[in-house]
Amino acid sequence: MITLENVTKIFESPSGAITAVDHVSFEVPEGEICILLGPSGCGKTTTMKMVNRLIEKTGGKIFVDGKDIDDYDPVTLRRTMGYVIQQIGLFPNMTVEENIMVVPRLVGTPDAKARKRAAELLGMVALDPGIFLKRFPRELSGGQQQRVGVARALAADPPVLIMDEPFGAIDPINRETIQDEFLKMQANLKKTIMFVSHDIDEAVKMGDRIAIFREGRLEQYDRPDTVLAHPTNSFVREFVGGDRTLKRLRLVRVGDAMHPGAPYVFPEDRIGDAVARMHEYGHRSIVVLNREDMTPTGLIRLAEVEEARGSCGEHAMRLPGRVHVDADLRRAVSEMFTQDTTWLACVDSDGRFKGHITQRAITHLLGETYRHPNEGVVPDTRRQRGEAVLEPETGPIPGAPA
Amino acid sequence: METVSFIVQNIDVIVELAVEHLSIVAVAVGLAVLTGVPIGIAITQNRQVADTVLYVAAMVMTIPSIALFGLMIPILSLVGQGIGYVPAVIAVLLYSQLPIIRNTYTAINNVDPALREAARGMGMRPLQRLWRVEIPLAVPVIMAGVRVAVVINIGVTAIAAYIGAGGLGTLISRGISQTDDRQLIAGALAVSLLAIIADYGLLALQKKLTPRGLQV
Ligand SMILES: Nc1ncnc2c1ncn2[C@@H]1O[C@H](COP(=O)(O)OP(=O)(O)OP(=O)(O)O)[C@@H](O)[C@H]1O
Ligand SMILES: [Mg+2]
Repeated sequence: MITLENVTKIFESPSGAITAVDHVSFEVPEGEICILLGPSGCGKTTTMKMVNRLIEKTGGKIFVDGKDIDDYDPVTLRRTMGYVIQQIGLFPNMTVEENIMVVPRLVGTPDAKARKRAAELLGMVALDPGIFLKRFPRELSGGQQQRVGVARALAADPPVLIMDEPFGAIDPINRETIQDEFLKMQANLKKTIMFVSHDIDEAVKMGDRIAIFREGRLEQYDRPDTVLAHPTNSFVREFVGGDRTLKRLRLVRVGDAMHPGAPYVFPEDRIGDAVARMHEYGHRSIVVLNREDMTPTGLIRLAEVEEARGSCGEHAMRLPGRVHVDADLRRAVSEMFTQDTTWLACVDSDGRFKGHITQRAITHLLGETYRHPNEGVVPDTRRQRGEAVLEPETGPIPGAPA
Repeated sequence: METVSFIVQNIDVIVELAVEHLSIVAVAVGLAVLTGVPIGIAITQNRQVADTVLYVAAMVMTIPSIALFGLMIPILSLVGQGIGYVPAVIAVLLYSQLPIIRNTYTAINNVDPALREAARGMGMRPLQRLWRVEIPLAVPVIMAGVRVAVVINIGVTAIAAYIGAGGLGTLISRGISQTDDRQLIAGALAVSLLAIIADYGLLALQKKLTPRGLQV
């Protein structure tokens, strides 16, 4: 846990005093990622560096796990915090392995153990230890260097991590990959992380909480969905962008908005059964599944089979689209637009049918927060741990397949 | 032709003088590294001190070697060392300071501030930072300074023969006083050759000392 109380930093410069951070108070709970977000020069880096005392604050208090950081020797304090600097900063005279071993060596970890850990960590950031351990930084791409930078910060297994735009130097595609990998890692490691970014999309994706700064002041500190749904003022509203509701789509997994108990039929079933089931559920269509592996193979529309005879297989039409239950709603909506449909079948990694998701269910879910303004849609830590976050809907489905 | 046969006939003497010559330079530059590198590192802490130190070192460089030897005779005579080996070593030591201090200072100052910050942020103490990051990164530039010092001072040491320090300068000074071209040319050739060989040798050492991660 990191707690900031009325933290202030005033730089004295020849042209006068600059208040870089102005009475900022907030708390990063244990095991969460807090994103410091805001335009250039708003004090993100300064705030972060006060936590490991690379910058001494002018006023206020900072506590890490309840202990005042001023009570530590700064060097000791820094060794208990992983630090990823904005410019990556791998030591060019050391191999990747030596870079990762820096802090373990400083704190006196036996070499053999530190070496083993370095290999482990490299694997964790998706670099093959066999290939990369003995390489020098100049032999790595920017993205690979940033991965090593993250591994290096994790080397002594610090409970707290502070990262200044750790993925800034990577192209958008690789950036997404690293972000995903990092979130996966964090799901296991549960570090308390302060993470500087100036990219709202990254903040929404990575953050359990977002702290939005303007000119040294903390404008809003909330969960991403709350920041997007309920910006506290016009600055935040403008900063998060006019498409902020669309951004919220990222925060919800398909599995959480899906209707799980959707009916289905098998190709061998008689068409009359399909009609009966659609009436029973009040749906205008029904999914046809392959009996062996439960994968959706087609679709039957009520309007076209009401008087028909034969098996379901004979009347099945092409399924308009499917989406993975772990995908986010943005994917689902994009797929709906691509396929020109208002609903999608949801499948798991084996392709098995899990339920369906409809446009109306999505809009209903996003609108929820405006009807009950005090709750975000999704508690984000639960999202990252991959737990189910919404109660399965019961009763009539908001949007039955049309 | 005469010179060649002179060299061939006296090769053992020439080699002996060359060793003597080199030992003066090696001892003096060795001492200069031990003083100049720490000074170069120390002055990175304060810009004004750095400017002053570099200015003084540059002043020393401008004193002609003959004049420097002349100045040292009365001073060192007080301890009975007015001429010979000691003043030669001191002169070389002084002339080596500028290239070594300046290169060390520049190299340490030019270490990427991001690396310094990374080292600090990871919890290195100042000396750890110096040993593990700054000095390894500065080695190539410091070594370049050492090479300059050696080459300059192989020349300076040739003149030290006039104050009885020995070395290859003996051949040259004798060649001049006895108007013996053979000795003069043999001495001059030997000094130049020595400078070239020393420079190459140090270049090899520089490559060896440069961290592998910095080699292109
Ligand atoms: N050492 C310093 N001396 C004087 N002013 C400083 C110093 N460091 C930062 N500042 C000022 O403090 C303010 C906040 O700087 P900071 O580096 O924290 O911004 P930032 O939010 O990290 O910006 P960016 O996104 O560009 O990295 C800026 O106005 C900056 O000019
Ligand atoms: Mg910054």
